Amino acid sequence: MSHSGGFTSQDSATKISVGDAITPEDVSASSAVASDETARYALLLGDDCLILAQRLGHWISRAPELEEDIALGNIALDLLGHARFFLTYAGSAWGKTEDDLAYFRSEEEFRSCRLVEQENGDFGRTIARQLLFSFYTHELYQRLVRSADTTLAAIADKALKEVDYHQDHAAQWLLRLGGGTDESKRRMQEGLESVWPYLEELFADVEPTPTLAEQEVAVLPSSLRDAVLTRLSSIIEESGLEVPASKGAFGADRSGRFSENRGFILAEMQVLARQHPGATW
Amino acid sequence: MSTVEHRPLTPNGIRPEEPADAAVWDAAAQVTDPEIPVLTIADLGILRAAGATPEGGVVVITPTYSGCPAMDTITADVTAALREAGYGTARVDTVLTPSWTTDWMTEDGKRKLREYGITPPSGNAPARGGPVRVGLSVKCPRCDSLDTKELARFGSTACKALYQCQTCLEPFDYFKVL
Repeated sequence: MSHSGGFTSQDSATKISVGDAITPEDVSASSAVASDETARYALLLGDDCLILAQRLGHWISRAPELEEDIALGNIALDLLGHARFFLTYAGSAWGKTEDDLAYFRSEEEFRSCRLVEQENGDFGRTIARQLLFSFYTHELYQRLVRSADTTLAAIADKALKEVDYHQDHAAQWLLRLGGGTDESKRRMQEGLESVWPYLEELFADVEPTPTLAEQEVAVLPSSLRDAVLTRLSSIIEESGLEVPASKGAFGADRSGRFSENRGFILAEMQVLARQHPGATW
Repeated sequence: MSTVEHRPLTPNGIRPEEPADAAVWDAAAQVTDPEIPVLTIADLGILRAAGATPEGGVVVITPTYSGCPAMDTITADVTAALREAGYGTARVDTVLTPSWTTDWMTEDGKRKLREYGITPPSGNAPARGGPVRVGLSVKCPRCDSLDTKELARFGSTACKALYQCQTCLEPFDYFKVL
């Protein structure tokens, strides 16, 4: 589709690209239907965002200060938006809605990584989890914007702008806490140690991703590893803390078999929809 | 892809020239943002396209932030505005590309925002991958002082940050650059 409107001097470099119109929110009514494999990939990406949004929402009214309540709530809302895009697109392959996928799948059917399922812990641990996840998704979406699948590319383009300030938020707190008191250093370091074993799972090439990566639809997770580790190591060293030496946690990647947290998260997230199917207000 | 009778709609945020399409645009363009009622969706730059169909009208909008809870309300309000304007059926499509930045906000919209007491975005959104991360000064909407400081990067809605003026000491909302 060609650009039909003229540019004015008000236009900036970020405004000029007029692409094809994509409709993820009511994608089932449009021609954008995911293949079964692409849908399984979108589900995996969406589940990570959905579970982390649920975890972060728990901080509202519990953060160290009001501004952080709002910051973590805002970040959770962004992630929920990303999850809705991915789940809606995934559902287009199977005639399901975002709600069907969010509320009526069991523990075994979710594909989220264990990192986002980890308990919030103290503020240091939540920031450590945010740091790992935002640095990972930033690298991922930077590549996914070039996906051969135009819907996935559009979602990545939208999400990237927001993940950009999510990683800034986490990095600023890491530097602040790492350069703070003995207590803040200790707790931030403990936070990093507790979530680090779950980093490796993000780089596992679990099907259908490798197949889709060959078709340039997906980003091969293992191809992100070096870039993410380099950037994480750099910011952690800058904060004066130590890059954890622990190896990846044992377990079947993204199966949920070894995450005792997932069931508890789903129980809270799904209880209303399951007890009162079709409830509206 | 949004289409009207096999006619693709270009989501470029420009009022269509075809009179029938322009009438649909005008009906939708008066809908205001539920959280910032002085701004219409055209001022905000989230109204992307409009087209007439034999039965009614189709309107294309885009979200500001992915999780913006106002989108559902805006969709309902646009549908109601079209019905009120006499369109039998009204469809609202959501598009993600080109993704919204604060550069899509009109100059008129920025002026209205300032008068409402919210400082509009200072300068343009950074180009992707650009090296520059410094921001322009944020002006106090009450006394025009540039001596202001950020209190919190996240504010009462996803699109705003909380600032304080060092001159008149008043806190204020800033519609941050995205």
